[in-house]
Amino acid sequence: MEWSALHTWIVIVGSLCAMACAMPGALLVLRRMSMMGDAISHTVLPGLAIAFLVTHSRSPLAMFTGAAVIGVLTAVLIQTVHRYGKTDTGAAMGIVFTTLFALGVVLMRQAIDHVHIDADCVLYGAIENSYPFDNLLILGAELPRAAVINGGMFMVNLILICVFYKEFKISSFDPALATTLGINAQVMHYLLMIMTAATAVAAFETVGSILVIAMLIVPGATAYLLTDRFGVMLILSVVIGVLSAIGGHVAAITVPSWFGYTSASTSGMMALMSGVIFTIVWITAPRHGVASKMLGRLSLSLNIACEDVLGMLYRLEELDRNQRTSLPGHHIREAIMTRSLTLSLAFSRLVRSGQLTRSEAGYELTSAGRDRARNIVRSHRLWETWLAKYLNLPADHVHMPAERLEHITDEQMQRQLEEGIDQTSQDPHGKSIPPPVPPASHA
Amino acid sequence: MIATRIMLFLCAGILVLSFTATASAQTESRKGGHSITDAGFEWPDAEQVSRVLLMKDHNTRVVVLGVMFLGLASGTIGTFLLLRKRSLTADALSHAALPGIAMSFILMHLLGGDGKNLPGLLIGAAVFGAIGVGCILLIRSTTRLKDDAALGIVLSVFFGLGMVLLSIIQDMPGGDAAGLNRFIFGKAASMLQSDALLILIIAIIVVITCALIFKEFKLLCFDQGYARSQGWPTLKLDIALMSLVVTVTVIALQSVGVVMAVALLIIPPAAARFWTDRLRNMAIGAAAIGTASGYLGATISALMPKMPTGPVIVLVCTTCFIISMICGTRRGIIVRSLEHFSLTRRVGMQHLLRAMFELTERTQLERIAFDQLLDKRSWTPAQLRQLLRRARAQRLVFENADDTISLTEFGITEARRVTRNHRLWETYLITHADIAPSHVDRDADMIEHVLGAELIERLEAVLDKKIPAKAVPPSPHPLGELA
Repeated sequence: MEWSALHTWIVIVGSLCAMACAMPGALLVLRRMSMMGDAISHTVLPGLAIAFLVTHSRSPLAMFTGAAVIGVLTAVLIQTVHRYGKTDTGAAMGIVFTTLFALGVVLMRQAIDHVHIDADCVLYGAIENSYPFDNLLILGAELPRAAVINGGMFMVNLILICVFYKEFKISSFDPALATTLGINAQVMHYLLMIMTAATAVAAFETVGSILVIAMLIVPGATAYLLTDRFGVMLILSVVIGVLSAIGGHVAAITVPSWFGYTSASTSGMMALMSGVIFTIVWITAPRHGVASKMLGRLSLSLNIACEDVLGMLYRLEELDRNQRTSLPGHHIREAIMTRSLTLSLAFSRLVRSGQLTRSEAGYELTSAGRDRARNIVRSHRLWETWLAKYLNLPADHVHMPAERLEHITDEQMQRQLEEGIDQTSQDPHGKSIPPPVPPASHA
Repeated sequence: MIATRIMLFLCAGILVLSFTATASAQTESRKGGHSITDAGFEWPDAEQVSRVLLMKDHNTRVVVLGVMFLGLASGTIGTFLLLRKRSLTADALSHAALPGIAMSFILMHLLGGDGKNLPGLLIGAAVFGAIGVGCILLIRSTTRLKDDAALGIVLSVFFGLGMVLLSIIQDMPGGDAAGLNRFIFGKAASMLQSDALLILIIAIIVVITCALIFKEFKLLCFDQGYARSQGWPTLKLDIALMSLVVTVTVIALQSVGVVMAVALLIIPPAAARFWTDRLRNMAIGAAAIGTASGYLGATISALMPKMPTGPVIVLVCTTCFIISMICGTRRGIIVRSLEHFSLTRRVGMQHLLRAMFELTERTQLERIAFDQLLDKRSWTPAQLRQLLRRARAQRLVFENADDTISLTEFGITEARRVTRNHRLWETYLITHADIAPSHVDRDADMIEHVLGAELIERLEAVLDKKIPAKAVPPSPHPLGELA
């Protein structure tokens, strides 16, 4: 498909809209009020309808006044139902926004013949019609009305967030602290509600009411998985918003053609694209992603399996009066109830790092392996003794907790434990606690 | 507080404005001049009203009955949803169903069938609704995002997918998505007899299922952990509950639309909650409110022009909710503020009695001056005067000739009891909770009013050596002057 000026404008309008939405959206996600975005993007409908009915015009001033008022009204009503009705917040939101939406639909039906407000447009948005049918003259240049409105909204949000950066940050994370610092958390709350409502109205005609929610919440939520810093999160959510807008439009004109259709709804595709980006981040995010968490768990369980194998061989040697002992692999597998794949990995890792040797008779500790194993068994028995002494656990109850704690005990903690048990050299089972590995053998 | 009041005032203003806007639109149109609504607004005559109310027309009958059954089913299942604090899940779910509808339309169309086969569309909707709920649970359990973000993401992204698919359907040769729009806005007025029958069947299934596994659902709602520890299959029960919700939502979608389907699930149970603390009564109440709203909403919309059925039903529901919220006999605002009022009065009176007793105890004078009493607690002169007026009316205190106040016999008995309770609790806190004597007064101040006879007996048993029976012990801490 040919790329024309229309496509450029669609991408620009979409990006501006996404940028305007991303910042209040990120705040909503942080404050765990995402569904407030949903509620407000529904309730701006009656706000618009009333503004139309009262002023008979589609002027931005009336629109934004209606939106701001309805945004605050929604927040106040939800709070009222929640507090005086003792209804939980979710249900309170559901009650208020469906009611106001219903009121909006009824009002619109009353006015439908006279005002230019079209239900389809409200729901789906009309980004495809943004240029050149609906242009405004700004500074001698003819710009699409949607671009002007969304761009203006972005600037307003940007300025508000820059001016109230500290206030938003503190009141989002710790409203009580904000109050003690003299920041009125209530005022910040309602300011955010007004911002959300105004942004929703600006984005309304562009991407439609439901997809405003996607533009509000999804970039913020995605950014939240990528960073722990407030400022970075705001910037990232704007970037992600722009990416989903551009990607959305490109996908809207290319993907359907693979199946033999001409094009699909751009606003729908933008929402979908933000979902795709979210899914990718969800899986691959460096710290909070599913994949990295899974890798972390895998490496931990591998480490534990290695230590369990070493500890087992060490105890066996101990039983055989410190003779060097080999044990066939399947015996170890039977004794240590870990997944067989993890154990195989553990064996190969231990052999590669020179802690185990493999012979006909089975696996055997090397001296490096023996040192590490001794250390682990030492931690284990120190813990057993400590638990028996301080938590008064009976001797047959100390093994399991010690089995877990031995893997996360370092030298310093060993020393503290040793002091705690007054240098006792026997654990509750009567086995001797091995002395620390002399530092020389570390080298 | 002031800010809240101003906002409430503003809200009221907006509501009035919106109603006058509608009303003026209607009056203007009746004058026949320049009007916002073109068609004249005419009140229906008695003949029409009775025809609709008694459902004499076949079409009206179908619509009204269908919507009533829908209200019945939604109210019943919504009760459990509300108590599980999952109300907004219904919202996400109803939006997530849209791509399912579009997808099954495309599939049925490509397979050469009739794209608008209703059961096919509903199955698609149910499948995607279920996928949506699954995604919400997955996002919540594998990321650090909370419920709200998970709901918002699923809701909007799935809806986006639905719109993409709908726009592709528009593009398909012979494809006509016009009929699918009803799933977004709903078209109750064009309900067919078969639709109403389908709703009836679903309603019966929902009610019977809820009645059969009522006990299980009840435990799931109130104490899931306990249910699991007792070996109940909570996951399966949860799935059963959510499937019923998906079914009802999907059925509701095509008759009242996305948003109104959510409203029918949330509002009737929330309204019923104000009237009762029993789950069974709440479910029945919610079903009744849902049914009644369906009936009223459908008839109003049939009688008045330009009143879409779905939204009118929701507005009727909300009216029920507001009335319940104010007048509900269990948790309504009136009942609760009356309770609060009487509690405040009792507490105030007991504070007065104890203050007077402690003053007499210290000064050994039975005549207490007003100013002395005023210094004792942080009450304003007006508050204290009012308290004293009530105390006189209850014959607890009397006024001496020199404008001082004294306790009557009855007043002394009451004051001794209250003071004794206060000090029992203080002693208990000092001896059993290891709280410093200087810190116990405040705690005891709050708890003294709710100590029942049984608790006092147990306190006496615990403190038997320290507190002589019937007598008022000395205060365990110095009674400070409020200087």
